[in-house]
Amino acid sequence: MSILIDQNTKVIVQGITGRDGSFHAKQMLDYGTKVVGGVTPGKGGQDVEGIPVFNSVREAKEKTGCTAAVIYVPARFAKDAILEDIAQGLGLVICITEGIPVLDMVEVKKALNNSSARLIGPNCPGLISPGKAKIGIMPGHIHRAGNIGVVSRSGTLTYEVVFNLTANGMGQSTCVGLGGDPIIGTRFVDVLKMFQEDPATRAIVMVGEIGGGDEQLAADFIKKYVTKPVAAFIAGRTAPAGRRMGHAGAIISSGDSTAETKMQMLRDAGVTVVDFPDELPQALMGRLK
Amino acid sequence: MKIHEYQARDLFAAYGIPVAEGDIAKTSDEALRIARRIGFPIVIKAQVLVGGRGKAGGVKVVGSEAELIAEFNRIKNLNIKGYSVDRLLIVRAIDIKKEYYLAVTIDHIKGDVVIIASGEGGVEIEETAKSHPDKIIKFYMQGEKILDEQQWMPKAAELFADLRLQRESTTLLQALLKLFFEKDCSLAEINPLVIDGQGRLIAADAKVIIDDNALFRHEDLAALRDLQYEDADELEAKDKGLSFVKLEGNVGCIVNGAGLAMGTMDAVNLMGGKPANFLDVGGSSNPQKMINAINIILRNKAIKVILINIFGGITRCDDIAVGILAALKQIKIPVPLVIRLTGTNEQQAKELLSQAGMTTFTSMRQATSKAVETANI
Repeated sequence: MSILIDQNTKVIVQGITGRDGSFHAKQMLDYGTKVVGGVTPGKGGQDVEGIPVFNSVREAKEKTGCTAAVIYVPARFAKDAILEDIAQGLGLVICITEGIPVLDMVEVKKALNNSSARLIGPNCPGLISPGKAKIGIMPGHIHRAGNIGVVSRSGTLTYEVVFNLTANGMGQSTCVGLGGDPIIGTRFVDVLKMFQEDPATRAIVMVGEIGGGDEQLAADFIKKYVTKPVAAFIAGRTAPAGRRMGHAGAIISSGDSTAETKMQMLRDAGVTVVDFPDELPQALMGRLK
Repeated sequence: MKIHEYQARDLFAAYGIPVAEGDIAKTSDEALRIARRIGFPIVIKAQVLVGGRGKAGGVKVVGSEAELIAEFNRIKNLNIKGYSVDRLLIVRAIDIKKEYYLAVTIDHIKGDVVIIASGEGGVEIEETAKSHPDKIIKFYMQGEKILDEQQWMPKAAELFADLRLQRESTTLLQALLKLFFEKDCSLAEINPLVIDGQGRLIAADAKVIIDDNALFRHEDLAALRDLQYEDADELEAKDKGLSFVKLEGNVGCIVNGAGLAMGTMDAVNLMGGKPANFLDVGGSSNPQKMINAINIILRNKAIKVILINIFGGITRCDDIAVGILAALKQIKIPVPLVIRLTGTNEQQAKELLSQAGMTTFTSMRQATSKAVETANI
């Protein structure tokens, strides 16, 4: 088993006629993902790598029965693309696009709150259940099927972590890239819950970063609910301090968001926190004995 | 993107939020003209995009023309946290009876716009938030762009006993919200919002931050960027699709992806080195990006080694190798390169580089260690 996606997930690619969309549609298809259609308004009737292109998500859904969508459209059109998926009742939306205005995401968030759709991203590498399906931009070949769940805010740093896991014989159940934007559809806590409940996941790797409050919420959640071993790496211990946003940011945020604070909170929750990404496999092996 | 107080004030005024009469001056003559028009006492306020200007002496109330000129010249020559003062705001001094705090911002975790208000304004607002959280009002917009007056009025009543002020503040808040949404702000803050001698509400300061991602739909606001606050190299890097931040150390870093770039900086530090920069070449495979990256990094004369850490995903390692070889032909690189390449088309990349007599690493740890060792010789 895996979480969120498997070999039966039918996915459409929004922005399939673009440079990134067409390239990754092919990559996903080659990996074995059921890419059943693409959407580019005004280009319906064409095909990309043999994948039929539709004018709208509604049409694509009617013709293909898709349940998931992945978005590669430019930032200024991304909000409408996500809202269209939610309106059409797709259960899973993965948004790769980066640079979406924050207030556009506030609108998206409101729509998500009123629906049962799950959004991964934006500004994320997507997700992969190795050997079954990948929806996103990660290099498929570094992954191996296995029982480690990986959840991360980063892109290439996740590849680094997965590469080390695979090299040490530790395959992955599912790897989820949450995305680096301030407002994202799915957070650490959501994925930790799924991994905790997934019988095919034995242990969890978390890759966090400085800034924001998600790792702290994750630490609270792990302490209360997660019984599986968790190992973590937090990037940005030596990054220069971020820019302050008036006083309002400090009033809203619950305490400080340095890497050290996050690492300490995770340790307090029983997570093994490592200094280098290549120490994660060893840390997990110690916990899985 | 932060904008100056006087620019934020102009936005306030355009949306009907009351501000004190005044204007911006670059010379003492201009300041004098403004002061004569509005009358003393006057406040001179240094326009800088960093906090703590009051403590640095950048704000001063003056009562006469002689004092105005003396203080104007003093403040204009200040250096506030490394920034010169080239613009000064000259405004009528407000007779302040009481200070409030009012702001609109975004709660990222909730994904919602939130109004923050307090009957205790001023620079101590963050302290108040910590010591007396009950004195801070937080009101979530629930995804709406228009204030629900029914819901808000009880909050207004907590802030103001007087019914007229409850109404006046609500109108002002509606204007602030309109500005916030229409201009794609990430922050619109009035600290302090004050009651003046006539019992009127007036914004005694203005802070607005615009969402960089939304500047494409606000060309007028994008033009307000103050280049004094931008590093020329960082701007050039951005223009070329690179994300670059200059740091103090001597290990130049070129990495693909922000997370891995941060992880690389951490590794350099943990191994006893000091990174000279953060540089994310992004996900593209264009060899020109590598040439641009090396060019920008080499402007820093402190560099003793360049660590290239690439995990190929979308980025193909062979394209990176082609970029490195092209850079070597075009640029004289006076420091050693330590190259780590893993992922997509790794083998082709290693062959290309070894034909040119260069060695590469597969492990990030080994490459980082080698780079730190080279820099510390």
